[in-house]
Amino acid sequence: MQNTKMFNKKMIFPLLVSLFLLIIPTILIKFTIIDEYFAQIITLAAINAIMAISVNIICGFTGQLSLGQASFMAIGAYMSILLTENLGLPMGLSIIFAGFSAALVGFLIGFPTLKLRGDYLAIVTLGFGEIIKVILMNFKSITGGANGKRFVAPAAVNFTLNPEVSFFVIVFFLIVIIVLFQNFIRSSFGRAILAVREDEIAANSNGIGVFKYKMTGFIIASFVAGIGGALYAPFIGFIKPEMASFNRSIEYLIFVVLGGMGSITGSVVAAFTLTSLQEFLRFLQDYRLLVYPLILIFVMLYKPDGLLGTREFSFVKTEKRLFAFFKKVRVKNEK
Amino acid sequence: MKNKMIMQATDLSIVFGGLRAVDKFSFELYQNELVGLIGPNGAGKTTVFNMLTGIYTPTEGEIIYWDERSRVHSIGKKQPAVLNKVGIARTFQNIRLFNSLSVIDNVKIALHAHRKANIFDVLLRTKKFRSDEGIIEEKALQLLSLFKIADKKDELAKNLPYGEQRKLEIVRALAARPQVLFLDEPAAGMNPQETEELMELIAFIRKEFDLTILLIEHDMKLVMGICERLIVLDYGKIIARGLPEEIKKDPQVIKAYLGEEALEHVESE
Repeated sequence: MQNTKMFNKKMIFPLLVSLFLLIIPTILIKFTIIDEYFAQIITLAAINAIMAISVNIICGFTGQLSLGQASFMAIGAYMSILLTENLGLPMGLSIIFAGFSAALVGFLIGFPTLKLRGDYLAIVTLGFGEIIKVILMNFKSITGGANGKRFVAPAAVNFTLNPEVSFFVIVFFLIVIIVLFQNFIRSSFGRAILAVREDEIAANSNGIGVFKYKMTGFIIASFVAGIGGALYAPFIGFIKPEMASFNRSIEYLIFVVLGGMGSITGSVVAAFTLTSLQEFLRFLQDYRLLVYPLILIFVMLYKPDGLLGTREFSFVKTEKRLFAFFKKVRVKNEK
Repeated sequence: MKNKMIMQATDLSIVFGGLRAVDKFSFELYQNELVGLIGPNGAGKTTVFNMLTGIYTPTEGEIIYWDERSRVHSIGKKQPAVLNKVGIARTFQNIRLFNSLSVIDNVKIALHAHRKANIFDVLLRTKKFRSDEGIIEEKALQLLSLFKIADKKDELAKNLPYGEQRKLEIVRALAARPQVLFLDEPAAGMNPQETEELMELIAFIRKEFDLTILLIEHDMKLVMGICERLIVLDYGKIIARGLPEEIKKDPQVIKAYLGEEALEHVESE
């Protein structure tokens, strides 16, 4: 009963656009109209977008700085391999469980840290990333040590070798994450999280359990990072402990800062632009490393809130604008 | 006969490092009273507020609170969020709004406790979630129109003029339907005209929401005009309490506010 009602008119347009963005490229990749190289770039960009969303949830929406989201990604990646290969779980399930295990670790780290006010989370997550890296390097029997681990389960190999499969699955997850998070943030839970970001003392005095909602934000962010990692492992087919490094975490943070703290649209746009930019600037050889910081400097100078600030792309508004535009055109033509 | 007692603090003290910011503060608050807490700068008024609303934990002493259903709560170590749920709301000396959120969202956040939907309802946007949102939206709008700022509901809180920011903070505090409201210098930074309006506003909300109010204020006109009872703090200690008329003539109060010489001057008159 409820399901039929859930699909109201407002949802048709976004649904169509999502399906379009998901299916058309998949078909194009399948028939190699989009070549494998390009397909890899956009798929990697989608993973980066998931990671940027994860960082944005904790930094942009909850207002707590985390410098170790890549370590949650690494946990997700290793867990998905372990669950698929050692426990024989189907890939889909192991991806979800990998997300949950990252969330559990997020809970364990957040519990003592988020009770404090201030930037303690940044310090703890920074240290945590290094700890994870060392653990992954030394538990050789499970993680393969410094040489990394190969994902050899048939499902994963299928995923690695068929760009259309990996593109479809990863973008599907990206869309689901965006939709669910948008639903979440536009609810009283979401508003509570934003209130904590805005002013902890005021939130607390207005009946918002500050610790509870900081934890909620951090656990969701960890979960999303875990999913990101679990998708990355079969996409690349091979993972190393360096995944958990500080540099990676900072890279994702840069996407968020550039796109706008508190804007999911911004994170996605920044992830896609910067990931493809890194590839398309290869002809500059090592000079391309200069372009990246230059972009950052210019954005920070002219748009200190990031490209989109806290604004979001809205289907409803876009639809209205489109209708208004067509009306105008029609009126002009009639004249 | 006095009304029901709703809050009682006995011998509250708080020590920051070596400083005894508040020393043996005791007071009672009765239902529907309007009490003023005054004193020179640095006397410890806001610290008292912070203890009564759970932001600071007193070093010594205890605070007992009776909620609307006469259940007893010991405030001591409770979080402000917990106290807010049993009917204690407050505003802040330097306005603390959720600045980059809209006016209506500021109020909706304070209506957080009214939700019935759980996390799955939210993620899947079920009927329960939508009815929840409808109710919250309606309640928030009602409040905003009661205070005549409904037309600004979609503006960011930080873009409101100063007076309306103060108002919005009071609206937000009222959204939780508190039994007792603590106002920390509501007239700070207001001109005489605005202060006048604020006095009317306080009288209005007190009647409309059946409130007990404790307020900190520097503006003597406001304090003398609306408070039924005053407590005067200086250097963390209560130096006087009583009716506004009595307080005005109290030598210790005059000394605290205007100095020794002023006292001599008053006495010689």
